[in-house]
Amino acid sequence: MKFNTFPGGVHPPEEKELSEHCAFERMPAPSMVVLPLSQHLGKQANPLVAKRAAVVQGEVIAEADGFISAPVHSPITGTVKSIGRESNSSGYMKEALVIVPAEAAEGEEIPDPVMMPPLNPDSATVEEIRARVKAAGIVGQGGAAFPTFVKLTPPEGKTIDTVILNGCECEPYLTRDDRFMLERPEAIVSGLKLIMRALGVSKGVIGIENNKPQAIASMEKAVATQNGLSVCALQTKYPQGAEKMLIKAVNGREVPPGRLPLDVGVVIQNIGTAVAIHDAVAKGEPSITAAVTVTGRGIRNPKNLIIPIGTPISDVIAFCGGLTDDAAKVVVGGPMMGVAQHDLNAPIMKATSGIVVLTHDEVRKQEETACLRCGKCVDACPLHLMPTRLARLAQLNMVEEAERLSITVCMECGSCAFTCPANIPLVQWLRLGKQRVIHLQRSRKNTAA
Amino acid sequence: MSSVTVTEAPTGSELLLSTSPHLHSRWTTKQIMWFVVLALVPCVISAVVYFGFYQLVVVATAVVFAVGTEALIQSLMKKPVTVTDGSAVITGLLLGLIVPPNFSLVFTALGSVFSIAIGKMVFGGLGFNIFNPALVGRAFLQAAFPVAITTWTIPHFAVDAVSKATPLAALKFDHVATGLSPLFVGNVGGSLGETSAIAVLLGGIFLLVTGVANWRIPAAMITGVIVFGGGLWLLDPAAPDPVFHLFAGGFLFAAMFMATDMVTSPVTGTGMWIYGLGISLVLVLIRVYGGLPEGVMYSILFMNAFVPLINRYTQPRIFGEGQA
Repeated sequence: MKFNTFPGGVHPPEEKELSEHCAFERMPAPSMVVLPLSQHLGKQANPLVAKRAAVVQGEVIAEADGFISAPVHSPITGTVKSIGRESNSSGYMKEALVIVPAEAAEGEEIPDPVMMPPLNPDSATVEEIRARVKAAGIVGQGGAAFPTFVKLTPPEGKTIDTVILNGCECEPYLTRDDRFMLERPEAIVSGLKLIMRALGVSKGVIGIENNKPQAIASMEKAVATQNGLSVCALQTKYPQGAEKMLIKAVNGREVPPGRLPLDVGVVIQNIGTAVAIHDAVAKGEPSITAAVTVTGRGIRNPKNLIIPIGTPISDVIAFCGGLTDDAAKVVVGGPMMGVAQHDLNAPIMKATSGIVVLTHDEVRKQEETACLRCGKCVDACPLHLMPTRLARLAQLNMVEEAERLSITVCMECGSCAFTCPANIPLVQWLRLGKQRVIHLQRSRKNTAA
Repeated sequence: MSSVTVTEAPTGSELLLSTSPHLHSRWTTKQIMWFVVLALVPCVISAVVYFGFYQLVVVATAVVFAVGTEALIQSLMKKPVTVTDGSAVITGLLLGLIVPPNFSLVFTALGSVFSIAIGKMVFGGLGFNIFNPALVGRAFLQAAFPVAITTWTIPHFAVDAVSKATPLAALKFDHVATGLSPLFVGNVGGSLGETSAIAVLLGGIFLLVTGVANWRIPAAMITGVIVFGGGLWLLDPAAPDPVFHLFAGGFLFAAMFMATDMVTSPVTGTGMWIYGLGISLVLVLIRVYGGLPEGVMYSILFMNAFVPLINRYTQPRIFGEGQA
């Protein structure tokens, strides 16, 4: 059987077997949660509570500020301990609320969590779905954490004909979406149908890499009786789950540089997002947990977990048996695009998909040599850039030439640096080059204005 | 619950930090280079089998002087000595395998020194040279010692005197064709490592299967020789036929080991095809119309010069560009 895919890409070791058999477990509430006001792309949320305020699980503690923003809800019942700058898993210090759980004093009862009223997912209207997704503070689970409500409210004049659910999970190690597809296929289908209704689309495709045969079977069974829904099995290749690559593989369309999937009539949502949408609509649950794969050879007991947002990474690691003696690097996200952590007090956020602990053996630094001009990076780049040339231009500060060769198209997937035999940190150079080009474009705009 | 408490987790200072990606393929520069060295072993063996043990001394001389020259220049320039990366070993091996049997050791050494010093180090070392260093050395020897470099020895198992000249020279100057079977096993006159197609293919296929050599370049060269060589042969049956082109002289050796040199070949897929086809076109023209019986060295050096230009004009279409 031939599976669809895209040209280019790489085949990193998959390493799914470490955690793919681990059913989701719920992690108990921690002794403290740290809730960054910006757990999404866009404007930071406005805090609604002050220091020492009592908050209830599910309560809105920060409201969305503007169109591209998202509210934050408290994952626990307790007291606001502080509001200030805390480190997050992207390596920045950002404004955050710290909440400690309430201890039930004698004669007092801890109040019940506040939930939104459940809606019937089969009859919820377009307005109800959008309002609920917005109120629940759902953000994209694929990594970018773009507010989902915005994606369900396309600008006037755009025709969308297909919704693609991204079940590729092309990042090595991660098995969270795989587990969702095995454990909650009905919720995924329900979430997909809600997305399709909100967008007025009749065609829904679930794209899954063929290294997850059980997930493919599970989803095929779930869509069998549904009109307009189908499963598309895709070749296992990184970065199959990148939006542009997924659309290319599913229906052959190419999103032009600088444009969005909706410019080619497609909206993509992650598997985890579909589940969150279903839970928000059918159960009234706000976005107060994250589904996270905790894995890697550096962690004693890999698990797939449902974790209250704000839980410090160190608590999660301890819950999974702690780090092994040869643990070397803690990555939040997948190993290809995730962020290495320097501070394990950083919290789990809404879009956290994985904690991958790599060992010394796996991250041993290889010696960097001169570029051999082997062309492996050019073959690997899924966007057909010339990484070696662009990295060189970034090094030489030849910003205009880098701009001419479309450096800003780069999505930093890391395929080039993965494949480079000379061990050149290509992504690092490309990031620098992109920053310089963006800076140049800004100053140009300022001069023109 | 776990037995490990939170406080036992490592603190930030013990954790490694770097930007993504955090995984890396198994390839390193060193590994690629030593794979090429390994792939050249069958050719060294065939040289010894057909032309005698002395050829091993020639190859060893070439390697020692190549590595020594690189180490000497790097230490004189107070740069890190990187000869363990294997690239100088390859240059030495390649040069040693493209000289005639029983070649002078002094000339071999001179060729090696020239290869590394002028072909590679003056450009800045590995990754920066424009021309294939071994071919630069060979071109130097051709210019400096034209007689020695075209004096061919009968291979051990030769059945007739015709084998004394190379098959290409026999055809060009004496109008004597050589059968395909001796060409294939290597029982013909020619440079040390080039005569046995079996040995060359053994190493070449190893490089292609492991992905060390990009398949497009040999594919383009073979296609080119069949198209251009075949075209001329159809126009003029006196010209060598394409199959003879393929197996005679250093063509296969060059297609597998010389043209596929990463540093001096294009980085784009289209570029590799243009480069390979270009080599074959120049090669066929030299072989059929030129004054030299063999042209593979000059055709590669010629196309090496165009690589930066080819890279520039074959930049791939960026994903999604030109779409509505």
